[in-house]
Amino acid sequence: MQIIIIGAGVIGSAIARELSRYDVDILLIEKEPDVADGTSKANSGIIHAGYNADAETLKGRMNVKSNPAYDKLCKDLKVPFKRNGSLVVGFTEEDLKELKKKKANGEENGIEGLEIIGQTELFEKEPNINRDAKYALYAPTAGIISPYELTIGYADNAVRNGAEVLLDTKVTDLIIDNDQIKGVYTDRGEYKADLVINAAGLFSDKIAAMAGDQFEIHPRKGEYHLFDKVHGDIINHTLFPMPTETSKGILVLPTVHGNLLIGPNANRIDDKDDVSTTSEGLEEVFEGAHHLIPSIPEKGVITSFSGLRASLASEDFHIDFSRQTKGLINLIGIQSPGLSSAPGIANKVIEMVQQFSQTNNHAFHQTDDFQETNPEYPHYHHYEENDKVEKWQEVVEQDKNYGEIICRCEHVSRGEIIDAINRPVPARTVDAIKRRTRASSGRCQAGFCGPRILEILSKHLKIDPLEVTKRGKDSRILKARSKEIILEDDNKVGDH
Amino acid sequence: MIVIGAGPAGIAAALEAEKNGLNDIVILERDKYIGGILPQCIHNGFGLEYFGEELTGPEYAYEFIKDLNSSNIEVLTETMVLDVNDKKEITALNKEKGVIKVKGETIVLAMGCRERTRENIKIPGDRPSGILSAGTAQRYTNIEGYMPGKEVVILGSGDIGLIMARRMRLEGADVKAVLEIMPFSSGLVRNKVQCLDDFDIPLKLQHTITRVEGKERLKRVKVAQVDEDFNPIEGTEEWIGCDTLLLSVGLIPENELTKAMGLDLHPVTGGTYVNENRETNIEGVYAAGNVLHVHDLVDWVSEEAEIAGRAAADYLNNKLEKRENKIKITPGENVTYTVPQTIEYTFQDKKFIKVFMRVTKPMEDVKVKFIYENQEVVSYPKKIVMPGEMVTANLPAALIKNDMDEIKVSIEKKVGENDGEK
Repeated sequence: MQIIIIGAGVIGSAIARELSRYDVDILLIEKEPDVADGTSKANSGIIHAGYNADAETLKGRMNVKSNPAYDKLCKDLKVPFKRNGSLVVGFTEEDLKELKKKKANGEENGIEGLEIIGQTELFEKEPNINRDAKYALYAPTAGIISPYELTIGYADNAVRNGAEVLLDTKVTDLIIDNDQIKGVYTDRGEYKADLVINAAGLFSDKIAAMAGDQFEIHPRKGEYHLFDKVHGDIINHTLFPMPTETSKGILVLPTVHGNLLIGPNANRIDDKDDVSTTSEGLEEVFEGAHHLIPSIPEKGVITSFSGLRASLASEDFHIDFSRQTKGLINLIGIQSPGLSSAPGIANKVIEMVQQFSQTNNHAFHQTDDFQETNPEYPHYHHYEENDKVEKWQEVVEQDKNYGEIICRCEHVSRGEIIDAINRPVPARTVDAIKRRTRASSGRCQAGFCGPRILEILSKHLKIDPLEVTKRGKDSRILKARSKEIILEDDNKVGDH
Repeated sequence: MIVIGAGPAGIAAALEAEKNGLNDIVILERDKYIGGILPQCIHNGFGLEYFGEELTGPEYAYEFIKDLNSSNIEVLTETMVLDVNDKKEITALNKEKGVIKVKGETIVLAMGCRERTRENIKIPGDRPSGILSAGTAQRYTNIEGYMPGKEVVILGSGDIGLIMARRMRLEGADVKAVLEIMPFSSGLVRNKVQCLDDFDIPLKLQHTITRVEGKERLKRVKVAQVDEDFNPIEGTEEWIGCDTLLLSVGLIPENELTKAMGLDLHPVTGGTYVNENRETNIEGVYAAGNVLHVHDLVDWVSEEAEIAGRAAADYLNNKLEKRENKIKITPGENVTYTVPQTIEYTFQDKKFIKVFMRVTKPMEDVKVKFIYENQEVVSYPKKIVMPGEMVTANLPAALIKNDMDEIKVSIEKKVGENDGEK
C-alpha cells in the first residue's frame, strides 16, 4: 500500500513514524525546506497534563491518552523532555472555584497527582511569583519538550525505517478518479498513492477542499519572547494564568533547554503566512507575564517570534475519513493541545489505516525489522554538568570536529553541525541547523557563528555560499560576490 | 598568567606582563586567528594615539603580533574557554588537544564584546534573511569576500555602522540611509564626516525602525521619527525598500565567563568592577579592553590592557602595596561611568591615574573636574565632549591625600559661560 502524508509538522511526522512500523510505502511531503517549519516550530513546547479539555472532546481524550507516552517516546527518539509540572495560578475566591472545577475535570479524565495548593506551598515552589497569588492547581505530569526536535526525531525515525521525505515540495492538487484518491500533484511532479493523509496544519482546509470537503481554518497568532538562559531559573514550573474562552492565557515557563519563555497572546488573523510580530503584541506578552512573575526583566530577550494555531470554529480536532473522496484521511484543527496529543493522534490514524486496508484489501502488517530508537548524536549541551567535560573529551577523541566550537553562545561544535547535515532528514538551511544543534540560537543570534555555519553548509552540501539560505526559497544570506555589484553597475561609485 | 582572548587587549596585556618579568604566559583564543576584530577592520584610523600614525586595523594588529611572535608567549587558537571559576581554574576545549584544564596564578579577562541584536532593541515584524549586525556584515565583506546585500539601510550610527555605510557604498551597494534614534551620532565625529558626508549618505537623527517586512528576504523597513522619549511620532512613518538591514545599535561586553567566576557586573558598563590596576574583585584577576567597557579607540584598549598586564606581573612579583584607604571614584554631573571605579594600591612610581569616562549628553566648553568633599581637586578644560567619544583625565598622584575616600568626577560648564551646553 502506498501512503502519502501531506505536511511534515509534528502530526504528519508522528504518523509517518508510526506507519513505518508497517510494511507500507510512505511518502511524507512538505512544502517548506525543513520538517517542523510551521506551527510545530513556534509554540509553547508543553506536554499538557490534560485537565483543560472535556473528556467529551476529541482533543481532551487525545491529550490524556498521549501524555504518559512521552517518557519512552523521547527516550527512543533522543528528544529532550522534562516533566517539570504545571501550575494554574489563581488570585481570587472565584479563581479557586474554577481551579477546583478543573481539578475535578482532570480527575474525571483520569489524570493523576492533581492538587490544589495554597499560598505557602505556591511560594515555596515558585519564589518569584506575584505575591498576590493565592492558589494554584498543580499538575505534576505536565512537561516541557522541544517541539521541533520531537518532529525531527519522529521524521528521522520514519526515514530510518524506510519512509521517504520530500521537502520543498508543495501539493498543488489531489489526483482523484471516480471519487477515489489516486495520488497527488505537486510542483515537482505526480506521486501515486492508495491513501492520502492530510496533516497540512494551517492549510489542511485547502487540501480537504481539493477532495470536496468543506472546512475553514481560522489562524490564531500567538507571539512569544524567548530569554537568555541566565533568566531560565527565575521559575521552575510551567505557569498558567486563569484561562479565557479561547486561550490558556499568557504563560511563563522554562524551556527544556533552560531558557525562559513567555507568551502567547492570541489574535485571529487572515494571512496563514503571517508570522510577524507586532509592537502591541510583544507589549501584551510582557504585561501578561508580569502578572504572574513581576520580576521578569525587560532586557534579556534573545528572540521574539510568533506561531499560528490552526483552529476550527468547533475548537476541537477533526480526525476522520473524507466524506467526499475515498482514500483520504483529514486531520484538521489540530491546534493546542496538538503537540501533547501527537502520539495518540498517530495511533488513532494507524487504526483508521488498518480499517481502510481491510475494506480495500490492502496488506497492512508490522515489519519485523522496525528500529524503534534513534541513535544518540553527541550534543555537548545534553550532558549533565558534573561530568560534561570528561564525556566530551571522549567524543573529541573519536572525532576532532567535536573539539571545534562554532557557536560560542550555545557551545555547539563543528561535529554537531556536520551531523545535522548528515541526519536522515538532513539540515539544508541555517534555520534547520539551528533546530538540530542550537547553533545560532543564543544571545548573539548568529553574529559570530553565522559566517562559520554558512561555510560548513556550503562545504558539506557542495553548494556555492551564495546559495545558502536561512530557510529556503529566496531567503539567501548573501547577495553577491565582492566587487560583483560594481561590475554590474560601475557608475554607482565612480561619480565621487 | 592565562589570558582569555587574543584580541588587541589580550595581546597587549600578555606582552606587557612579559616585559615586566613574567615568563609563563598563555593566551587562549577561540577563533582561528588572533587579533580579534582588527583583521576585518580594513579601514584606517587606528593607532593615532598609540603609535602617532594612522594605520588600518590589520596593520595595527600586526604591530603587536610581530612582538608576540618574537616573545615566549604561548598562543592556543581554536580554544574555547568553557568555564573559569574563582580559584582561577580554567576549562577549555581545543580542537587538537580536546579538553584542557589549567590553573592560572593570575588571569586576564580579554574576551571583548558582541553586538546588540534586533531583539535587544525589539524591532517587530517578519523574520527574513538580510537582517544582520554591522560587524557580521563587515566580516562577510572584508574577510569572506561576499556582499550581504545590495540595497542597505543601517540602524544606529555607532562607529561600525558608519564604517559599514561607506564600505557597502564602495562595494557598489545603494546605502539608503543611516538612522539614529538619538539627536546626535553615537560614533566618532571623523567617522560621520568621512563615511557619510563624503558619500552623500543621509543620516536621519531621531529616527528609528518600527517594523520590518519580507517573508523570505527583507523587502522593506518602516521608518519613523521619534519624540524626546524615543516614541515614534504618528504621521512621520515611511517605508524604505531594502534587501538588507545592518544593525549598529551598540556593543555588549562578553562577560558570561566573568559571571561564572561570581563577579558582579556594573549596570552601565556591562563589565565588571575594577580598581586602577584593572583588577577585579578577585585578587589577581584582571579585565581589560571591551570586556570591561566598550572603547571607541583600540589605542585605549591597548593602553588599558598594558595597565592590567603590568599589574598582573607586579602582583605575582609581590611588587604591589595596598593603600590604607580604598578611594572610590564616582560619576558626577554628565558622567555616566568611570573606569576605574576604585583606587586600591599605593602609587609607587606612578605620576597619575588616568580615568576613563563617558558623558551622557554632548556639551561644549566644559571642564572635567575631580571633586573631593565639594572641593575641586583638579580640573581640565575641554572644548567639546560627546557620548560617542570616551573622555579621559589624569588624577595626579601628588594631589591624592591619604584620608580621601571618595572622589567625584563631573563635567561642568566653564564658569562665566552660560551657554556652554548645546
